[in-house]
Amino acid sequence: MYAYDDIDRTLLSERVSEFRDQVKRRLSGELTEDEFKMLRLQNGVYLQLHAYMFRVAIPYGTLSSKQLRRLAHVARTYDRGYGHFTTRQNIQFNWIKLAELPDALADLAEVGIHSMQTSGNNTRNVTSDQWAGVAPGEVEDPRIWSEILRQYTTLHPEFSFLPRKFKFAITASKHDRAAIKIHDVGLRLHRNDKGETGFEVMVGGGLGRTPFLAKTIRHFVHGHDLLSYVEAILRVYNRYGRRDNIYKARIKILVHELGADKFAQEVEEEWRQMDKRVLTLTDADIENVRSRFSYPVYENLPHMPDELKAAAHDTRFEAWRKNSVAPHKVPGYAIVTLSLKPVGMPPGDATAEQMDAIADLADRYSFGEIRVGHEQNLALPHVAKRDLPALWRALDKIGVATPNVNLVSDIIACPGLDYCSLANARSIPIAQELTRRFANHETASLIGRLHINISGCINACGHHHVGHIGILGVEKNGQEVYQITIGGRADENAELGNLIGPAVPYGEVADVVEDIVEAYLALREGPDELFIDAVKRLGVEPFRERVYATR
Amino acid sequence: MTSPLEQKKIKIAGPSIVTANRTWDGAVVYRTAGHGWSTDLTEAAVVRTADAARDLLSEAAADDVNAVGPYIAPVAVDQTGTIAPGNLRERIRLDGVTIPLLPVAVAA
Ligand code: SF4
Repeated sequence: MYAYDDIDRTLLSERVSEFRDQVKRRLSGELTEDEFKMLRLQNGVYLQLHAYMFRVAIPYGTLSSKQLRRLAHVARTYDRGYGHFTTRQNIQFNWIKLAELPDALADLAEVGIHSMQTSGNNTRNVTSDQWAGVAPGEVEDPRIWSEILRQYTTLHPEFSFLPRKFKFAITASKHDRAAIKIHDVGLRLHRNDKGETGFEVMVGGGLGRTPFLAKTIRHFVHGHDLLSYVEAILRVYNRYGRRDNIYKARIKILVHELGADKFAQEVEEEWRQMDKRVLTLTDADIENVRSRFSYPVYENLPHMPDELKAAAHDTRFEAWRKNSVAPHKVPGYAIVTLSLKPVGMPPGDATAEQMDAIADLADRYSFGEIRVGHEQNLALPHVAKRDLPALWRALDKIGVATPNVNLVSDIIACPGLDYCSLANARSIPIAQELTRRFANHETASLIGRLHINISGCINACGHHHVGHIGILGVEKNGQEVYQITIGGRADENAELGNLIGPAVPYGEVADVVEDIVEAYLALREGPDELFIDAVKRLGVEPFRERVYATR
Repeated sequence: MTSPLEQKKIKIAGPSIVTANRTWDGAVVYRTAGHGWSTDLTEAAVVRTADAARDLLSEAAADDVNAVGPYIAPVAVDQTGTIAPGNLRERIRLDGVTIPLLPVAVAA
């Protein structure tokens, strides 16, 4: 966990008073909506179909049990008893009242949570690997660097009015769980030949109307130089980014139009000539941030405790363990993913009761810490293996132990037309129907790893371009229809999916997905060939044939 | 920001109403013939010409204190005069989400 200092605490409380005053003036009519809109957006408040929506940042996906309880409190007190975890390590509340928002913000500020820069044309929540600090083989905890970036970009005057929003993601593992290649800047922490820690810097990734994967513009930037190099990137973007056309304003368009090489040259030139002194991080600066992260004192525990051996005969437990429990860097411990994808329910939603219960379980079994992943699941990062059976029983009771992590029903879905004012079509009911179709655990296990991502419009909050199967809702003559892509992925081998054919109506989407899955099962070389690998080998054609032969 | 009236030429394809979200809580509201707002669609003023729609929208937009983001939305009016939303988006705004929520969530 990271402990905030006095500067953070003062900033948050000043921000709450400022917003309280702005809301008061808006409600009295002193501020018009035109004047107020920018102010509310700077505090993560959108207006959606039914109500205001309040987006709260969970920096690098790390929450304490106290913070999670406070999110539960906000859900219960100011909303309708639940919240929605998003693909960017945020939580959204869908029914918040403007008049009560300052109180909600104040309650969150008490535990060091805020909504600053969760919307608007600024640098957004810095996201990271949800297994940061506990994943085996990790170079270093990437949250130290995420936190350095968070401090540097929060309320940075030059980056508060960028041409468009700007998103960072950081990973320090070979296997990318933070989807860094679909971010404006993706940073991969690694060591150079001299053993120094630094970053491969990738720029210009993003989905939406014009999807691009980020391109590497420098293979190694020393950790000391991270801020100056990032500042050089942002300056180039600020100077050349298109402000005249919202669809061309993201850095990905600039990188694409200039070409990655030319863009890199511009950054290098800016970097060469800038005064780097104030931005160069010293070892002491880095150490200062590092020292504010606390880590559990792990015990020396057996790799295979008796409790685990005894529970192995329980097939339900075993199915869950094999699916949702991952190796930890410390022997005797495990990382446990909590599926927020129960059959027939909205992906990524958690009720206040679930959040409270998870917070209690985190205190009991995970040193009070919870993680939020971009796949819209939670994780308990430090669970002693001997506690797994007891933890499983408790998680099962509150509905977050569906053994479907990374399987076909572990669907990423945006809120879509059920909530979102920009939506063309619904996402959640499609996800719900798919989870029902693939509810049988044996079938889902037979299919193996398969990510379905769904967005309700081209803004792609549901990351449909990088779903192994991507589903995009569009509107045609007043009807919801869905374009389907296959072959996308968001990991270290990121790819954008390819369209399989004409859009299909709402009622046929689940059938089409079943057809695609059946085609895969018939065509794969064996159970070891994952869906995504089969699509790479075979291309789109056999799947297209299967889907459209009878349509 | 451009006012909703300047954004585009107003055209309507059939009976229409003006809807927005209430400022203090964001609730869906409809402009009434009595120059106010109601959460009840049956109380909405129904217009049938572009001019009438423009006037209703203009009056609604002037009431910036009470409601946010007014726009014209289609409705269906049956023989008995009952008003129903004219598209899926408006149906969802009126009736709430189309999905089952987690069991302990309070119903909309
Ligand atoms: S993808 Fe579109 S519909 Fe879905 S949440 Fe984003 S803006 Fe809304």
